[in-house]
Amino acid sequence: MSTVWIPPVLRASAGGAKQLDLAGGTVGEVINALISAHPSLESQIRTPEGGLNRFVNVYVNGQDIRYLGGESTAVAPADEVRLLPAMAGGSTGGSVALALSRWSR
Amino acid sequence: MVTLREPPGHANDHQPGHEHEHAHEALSPHGGRYDSILDAIGHTPLVEIPRMSPNPNVRIFAKLEMMNPTGSVKDRVARALIADLEASHRLQPDSIILEPTSGNTGIALAMIGRRKGYRVALVMPDNVTQERRQLAALFGAEVIDSPGHLGSNGAIALAKHLVAKDPRFVMPYQYGNPANPLAHETTTGPEILADCPEIDVFVAGLGTGGTLMGVARFLNRAKPGVRIVAAEPLPGENVQGLRSLDDGFVPEILDPDLLDAKYLVSNRDAIAALRDLVDREGIFAGPSCGAVLVAAAREARKMTAGTIVALLPDGGWKYLSAGTFNRDLDEMESDLEGGVNWW
Repeated sequence: MSTVWIPPVLRASAGGAKQLDLAGGTVGEVINALISAHPSLESQIRTPEGGLNRFVNVYVNGQDIRYLGGESTAVAPADEVRLLPAMAGGSTGGSVALALSRWSR
Repeated sequence: MVTLREPPGHANDHQPGHEHEHAHEALSPHGGRYDSILDAIGHTPLVEIPRMSPNPNVRIFAKLEMMNPTGSVKDRVARALIADLEASHRLQPDSIILEPTSGNTGIALAMIGRRKGYRVALVMPDNVTQERRQLAALFGAEVIDSPGHLGSNGAIALAKHLVAKDPRFVMPYQYGNPANPLAHETTTGPEILADCPEIDVFVAGLGTGGTLMGVARFLNRAKPGVRIVAAEPLPGENVQGLRSLDDGFVPEILDPDLLDAKYLVSNRDAIAALRDLVDREGIFAGPSCGAVLVAAAREARKMTAGTIVALLPDGGWKYLSAGTFNRDLDEMESDLEGGVNWW
């Protein structure tokens, strides 16, 4: 089982969990296990074509899987898988759209 | 009687040598005489930091961007952004240059605006350190607060809103302006290769993506095969105020295909590395430099031998009030979770 860290933005769809232990030998399998456990995550994490949403970054032990083997990246039981939203400045977040709606009123 | 500590020696220390002294003299002079402060931007030193390499067969060199006039790499970007506004005739007599920034770009724009006679307004999250506001104000910029809990995204949104409402505002927009990466393609990249022709890996922080994109484009052309590695900070739990993933933000100038690796670095690890840097090498740098060094060390551990250039974006001065160099790391970590913005 690998530990999967769920970002705050996805927790409501994951039963409030901050982290989950999920089985799978690759990142893709672990993400599918997450979606099987919490089906409402699918439309957020995956595109209709089955790829990963461009605004989600997935890391295995702190490395972006885009530069490893993508969803085929191997995951060992002690590995940490982390999902994070893409955010400005690589720093503190907040939604551009949400903030804009505040000032546009 | 005073007992002085022995200076810390290190197994990785190299003998003194000046293999590439003034190697990029052809680009522009080092430490010479300049027509104005704007001409003194760039030409920063490349300094070996052997005590930060975890692998004795891998040399790490630090590009010291804190040696720029306002103390950060953003002097290069701000100069290019303003030159772009001038070249595209977007500046009128009543124009106000407006930019969302968590600090360094704003300070650089403010300095250049002061020197050139332009009015500058900066949208900054209200939780950035006081030093940044003070510096921006010192150079005559007006600072507009955006809510700290909305972070950089909040500053971007407010700046876009102000530009839409008032035609006097002109936004260079570093996140989407090709002048940002171009500044690095034409200055930072050539300086690095001239000083370190043996470079195998380039590591920099991922903020706007400007440094990584510009240096990558230059090196892809001039020395194909150099690995381009990004260090990205792990965002705090309390500052990811998104409604959905689709509210996320990817800078328009960022082309992920130009990177070869990206490491997520926790605030804690970044600050620990920063403290090691000042203890071991005597280099006083900002927290994002710590993140870059953590990523560089991870690369170095994977290599059998080679040379890494790590770009250190700014100095430590603007972070003293946040206790970056002396507070307990556990205590700092909880504050950082709350959104202290240091990137």
